[in-house]
Amino acid sequence: MSEEIVFIISAVIVLVGALGVVLSRNPVHSALFLIQTLMGVALLFLIEDAHFLAAVQVVVYAGAIVILFLFVIMLLGVDKAEELGIDPIGGQRELALVVGASIAALTIVTVGWSVDGATGSAPASAENALDNGLTDIERIGRVLFTDYAFGFEITAALLTIAVIGAVVLTRSIRREDVLADLEPASLELPSLAPAGANDEDTPHDGDSGNSGAEVSSEGNRES
Amino acid sequence: MSDYLRSYLTVGIFGLVGVALVGVFLGLGRILRPDHPNLAKNEAYESGVEPTGDMWSQANIRYYVFALLFVMFDVEAVFIFPWAARLEAYEVFGLIEMAIFIFILLLGLIYAWRKGVLKWV
Repeated sequence: MSEEIVFIISAVIVLVGALGVVLSRNPVHSALFLIQTLMGVALLFLIEDAHFLAAVQVVVYAGAIVILFLFVIMLLGVDKAEELGIDPIGGQRELALVVGASIAALTIVTVGWSVDGATGSAPASAENALDNGLTDIERIGRVLFTDYAFGFEITAALLTIAVIGAVVLTRSIRREDVLADLEPASLELPSLAPAGANDEDTPHDGDSGNSGAEVSSEGNRES
Repeated sequence: MSDYLRSYLTVGIFGLVGVALVGVFLGLGRILRPDHPNLAKNEAYESGVEPTGDMWSQANIRYYVFALLFVMFDVEAVFIFPWAARLEAYEVFGLIEMAIFIFILLLGLIYAWRKGVLKWV
């Protein structure tokens, strides 16, 4: 009974948050509603006794991922008003309607007409007798250090590639920014003029790049 | 509902009591304190510089790298927790695997460091 109460509360939290994400005019508000939805999903994980997963949900998704979303939104400039009437890619909205309706129909069919429930008949704990009595963090650790040891290390490589990619991308974007907003007064920085010509990282280069970024951000603020 | 989940009820009650306590004392303060607002007092920065422009200004691209580095070490911590919770069960194999994991991630941090991303100024 109490589980149903917790489920209904978290379901309301999730659904209200999801509607808020879609219906908000301001993208920052959408991101904040997304935090609400992810927190609600963390509650749903708690009901399923997946405590570690709930903590990860809060720490990684509600914490880090949404922060990343917010940074992207702020980088793209929330101050610019979006013209919602124009469809940049033709037929996008009609397609979204069709795909959304199909997913909704599929979900209803799966939940309503499946014999053993949407996720199968056997509960995860009964399937593997060895896992009984272990908490979910111990089970995750066990598969992480046995079956998925290689995938675990590959994850580290993936994260490293992501960081290197972000560093490279932000550096090149910054340099283009500097070139685009280069004012006559700051033209005496010859190392900046040929893009990509100065790949070696001298301290002087770093300093001038910073001052150029400052100038460009000032320019954006004024416009 | 398991006992473990029931203990979250204590957490919830604790949080509610905390919020209620703050509300009660802020409300008490509102009732007790003198309240004479004027134009100068209501300024955002009293005797400071007036804020100008829109608050929704475009952020600098450099913040993005910090956010991404944060995500990277967040995920790293998530993988370290299951290892730390059952440290004795994974023995030397787990230690070596975790050392490789952290080493690979350190490469990314060292790269960002060497490229001067971590330096602000």
